[in-house]
Amino acid sequence: MDLYDNQKSTSRIKRDASVNDRIPDGLFLACPYCGVQLYNKQLGRYRVCAHCGYGFRLQARERIELLTQSFEEMDSEIEMTAPDFPGYAEKLERAKSQTGLGESVLTGLATIEDEKVALGVMDSYFMMGSLGTMTGEKITRLFEYATNRSLPVVLFTASGGARMQEGINSLMQMAKVSAAVAAHQEAGLLYLVVLTDPTTGGVTASFAMQGDVTFAEPHALVGFAGARVIESTIHEKLPKDFQRVETLLENGFVDQIVPRAELNKMIARVVKLHHVREV
Amino acid sequence: MAVNIGLKLFKRELTPSEVVKKSREDRFLAREIIDGIFTDFVELHGDRLSGDDSSVIGGIAALNGTPVTVIVIDKGIDIHDKLSKRNGSPEPWGYRKAQRLMQQANKFHRPIVTFINTPGAFPGKTAEAQGQGEAIAQSILKSMKLTVPMIAIIYGEAGSGGALALAASDQVWMFQNATYSILSPEGFASILWKDSKRSDEAAAVMGLTPKDLLGKNVIEYIIPESRNHPRVFNLIRKRLDDEFRTLNTLTPQELVKQRRARFRAF
Repeated sequence: MDLYDNQKSTSRIKRDASVNDRIPDGLFLACPYCGVQLYNKQLGRYRVCAHCGYGFRLQARERIELLTQSFEEMDSEIEMTAPDFPGYAEKLERAKSQTGLGESVLTGLATIEDEKVALGVMDSYFMMGSLGTMTGEKITRLFEYATNRSLPVVLFTASGGARMQEGINSLMQMAKVSAAVAAHQEAGLLYLVVLTDPTTGGVTASFAMQGDVTFAEPHALVGFAGARVIESTIHEKLPKDFQRVETLLENGFVDQIVPRAELNKMIARVVKLHHVREV
Repeated sequence: MAVNIGLKLFKRELTPSEVVKKSREDRFLAREIIDGIFTDFVELHGDRLSGDDSSVIGGIAALNGTPVTVIVIDKGIDIHDKLSKRNGSPEPWGYRKAQRLMQQANKFHRPIVTFINTPGAFPGKTAEAQGQGEAIAQSILKSMKLTVPMIAIIYGEAGSGGALALAASDQVWMFQNATYSILSPEGFASILWKDSKRSDEAAAVMGLTPKDLLGKNVIEYIIPESRNHPRVFNLIRKRLDDEFRTLNTLTPQELVKQRRARFRAF
């Protein structure tokens, strides 16, 4: 029975307690969608899960860096002045310093694969991309600018919904932006939406669902009501992919799911197909 | 003496949380409003796509002899009715029925009146699968393009996008004890403070009473309530008639421009 003698030796192998301290933070990440552990560098330039293709949440500036050849920001000075809800001013300050943005959306004139577009990118790192008055103002101005100059609008949505601290004014932004979308539509111009993770609530119930063409990033969560609210209303567990864009595609609310690395080419192609032919 | 005290109590201005409570009582019923204000109501069912949502009543009627399109959110009367109407929470096909009727009104140059009483759009599994967000988004967008006058009247509670879907209009009026807010006070407290029991506190800071909203130009008019319902209905009928007359003097372009400018101001 000497065969198993050396088993004893395992007890002499000591666990290295300090191993976790020696692995730098953020070196390994779990994919929020499929849960697979990934080595940071495996995500690559586009920050995409190597296993399932989920696009990790990007900051607006990172997105613009990846997507555009040139970007000229507009309305950067627009920020919420005099927030009057308890604790709101502090929250805003924190969001501003964390993201370097003045609001939850970044807008400007961009070139994507040589196509000129009015581009808006929402940032989920800024108060969860919530729709504040100034968020609505910037997006409205983007549409007005595009309407005046006959430009297509490309909008990347990412939002937890309305901004509670601003109350009814936040709700009114849904109508305000929609009015600008209506005018842009009537001018015969293209509005392309790219749904990114997560797009919910008031943004889904307004400009995210008003595009002529709607793209989405793989496995992005898109819906109106929160999953927990639905579960507690209908007393039922929801399936795993309930509000994922793959389900939305199946139900007919998305035109195509486009991997992040191909977005710029696909956007440019659609924009090009909408060029007004010179007679 | 006792009568006097009682009268005084009744006339005292209600606190926001008391208004919230009152707005949820069935003070005025959907069918009663339709019959009280209009004549010759013809109900029209279905969205022509997926079904008919009974929580959204729609149809054509006469307002002082002039044809109008009427869209009313109904919470239901008894418990079974309320259950089947999800206490006035429309499904996507309810909003699509409203869209269909709005566009029909546009075709026949009929003004549109909506009556709103909803805690919000229904948060359900089928609702999501059928595109609750898209249904609301298109209701708002289509409202913005209508070339006929539209007036929305909130007669109970009006919560979130589910209410706005029928209130992207030229004017919004509210009953004296109605509320209009981004979310129910319970939901608001649960999101911001992770405690839905603090709803009274939430109601106080949300600015959801007609008086608050009139001050912010979210609404144009507060309808005084009375136990004498015909009196209330007569008032609404007269005022609707007057306002539609005024709005009808505008060209379609001016009307659309004015409606969009109304929301541009926020």
